[in-house]
Amino acid sequence: MALRPEDQELDEELAALDALEAKAPRARSRARRFWSSLWPKLAAFALVLLGWQVVVWTHWKPSYVLPGPGPAFRSLGHDLASGVIPRAIGVTMERAAIGYGLALLIGSAIGVAVARIPVLRAAIGSLITGLQTMPSIAWFPLAIILFQGGEKAILFVVVIGAAPAIANGLLTGIDQVPPLLTRAGRVLGARGFNAYRYVILPAAFPSFLGGLKQGWAFAWRSLMAGELLVIIAGRQSIGVVLDQARQFNDSAEIIATMIVILFIGIVVDSVVFGVLERRVRSRWGLVDAAAS
Amino acid sequence: MILKPRPDVSLEPALHPGAGSAVSLSSVSKVYGTESGAVHALEDVSIEVGYGEFLCLVGASGCGKSTMLNLIAGLDKPSTGSVEVRGGRPTLIFQESALFPWLTVEQNIELALKLRKIGRADREPVIESLLKMVNLSGFGKKRPHELSGGMRQRVSIARALAQQAEILLMDEPFGALDAMTRDLLHDEVERLWRDTGFSIVFVTHNVREAVRLADRVILLSSRPGRVVAEFPVDIKRPRRVESPEVGTLATEITARLREEVKHHGSSP
Repeated sequence: MALRPEDQELDEELAALDALEAKAPRARSRARRFWSSLWPKLAAFALVLLGWQVVVWTHWKPSYVLPGPGPAFRSLGHDLASGVIPRAIGVTMERAAIGYGLALLIGSAIGVAVARIPVLRAAIGSLITGLQTMPSIAWFPLAIILFQGGEKAILFVVVIGAAPAIANGLLTGIDQVPPLLTRAGRVLGARGFNAYRYVILPAAFPSFLGGLKQGWAFAWRSLMAGELLVIIAGRQSIGVVLDQARQFNDSAEIIATMIVILFIGIVVDSVVFGVLERRVRSRWGLVDAAAS
Repeated sequence: MILKPRPDVSLEPALHPGAGSAVSLSSVSKVYGTESGAVHALEDVSIEVGYGEFLCLVGASGCGKSTMLNLIAGLDKPSTGSVEVRGGRPTLIFQESALFPWLTVEQNIELALKLRKIGRADREPVIESLLKMVNLSGFGKKRPHELSGGMRQRVSIARALAQQAEILLMDEPFGALDAMTRDLLHDEVERLWRDTGFSIVFVTHNVREAVRLADRVILLSSRPGRVVAEFPVDIKRPRRVESPEVGTLATEITARLREEVKHHGSSP
């Protein structure tokens, strides 16, 4: 390539301007960011425990009906050590993974189909949103009859609870892909399947992620409802542990199990989806560099 | 080598108009919508773009310039008339850089190669040489949002070159940039054009920019878009946007443009 003096000068000018305009990298360390997001959560947790203990101290209810944090966490520790809770978590999370996996496949397929086929959109577009508002517990009577109260009845309700949210997230994402990016993709030669693979689906991902997160919340609720309603012999799930504790009037164990349910919900939401969300936001440049 | 250097490319302004047409628009009209609400974007437009010519299209809003670029790029079909593209593959560069935000700079360029079915092993050297061409070596791992507007446009240009396009259609590519950056990018585009011998159709609102860059400036009317006048630019390169010769011709074209806009305003 030509190397004339004025070319060299242009190179230097461009490089200098680029250096001025390029954004400075973020300086805060990972550990500090982790701590700054952790301590408010710990503080809130401590406050909740304190409030709970204060209510117990007022003797609003006898302590065998409403035990304090102490007995509840002792019961939790006992169930963890004896292996009851770990086994129950295994059973429940296996159902959650299968149900959510199915919902992911079905929801994504429906989302793409509705986005691509106008007749389908006219036919079931609003139905998907409608299904999302339907409390999933209302599906159980039908599901129990359809599947004789077996494992499949629970899965059915988990899928039908989560899939509409996932489909809707993907559909919204596809609808909101900036036309500029679609055009740029066509100019680059991405058409048909390639347009979906390389442009439309990646561009729809942030909204899809919102749908996945919401889908998880629905799946988790449906699963807990299902495990309380559909008791399957030999399958000692979290729901079964909770139900048995109720039958024995063991308030401490009920609360201990509820803590486990809450904890799993939070962990999946903040660890799995939180990490994905942060990664997308920083890749796309959606975070304010000063705030993160 | 993907970017084959053309044997006939010299350091002087490459191929001159008259050496044949890379793009021909013959009596092209484009109407959007149906009879009642029809919008005539283009009416009876005939334009020839020579091989290696740098052509600028200037016009007020509604002159159908984006429509014209879409037609040449093959993203749209004319209502009547014909569009012929002979001088290689056309590609569009948009006003805002249309880089994919989920990909790094390198990956954006790589996608163009991937879609041309270039093997994985062959991509890397091409990406490197393209980044070098637009003076962005070392920025390959950055994400688009980490770059300035001018840098993003240069990545867009690199990505367009990765398509092995030989006709660059540029839709107000520097409209959103500050004057300093724009000035440098004028130099850069001119150098790229000189070194590659591409044909360029460059749309702009900025008459001075057009005179600074073009071999020929075509003035378009608005609603419908028609060719009003043609101005060959016989000013020696390299040019400066602030030079008196550029100023004189720009003043002449601007006067004609204002006349056109006024005329449009007075007609019903």
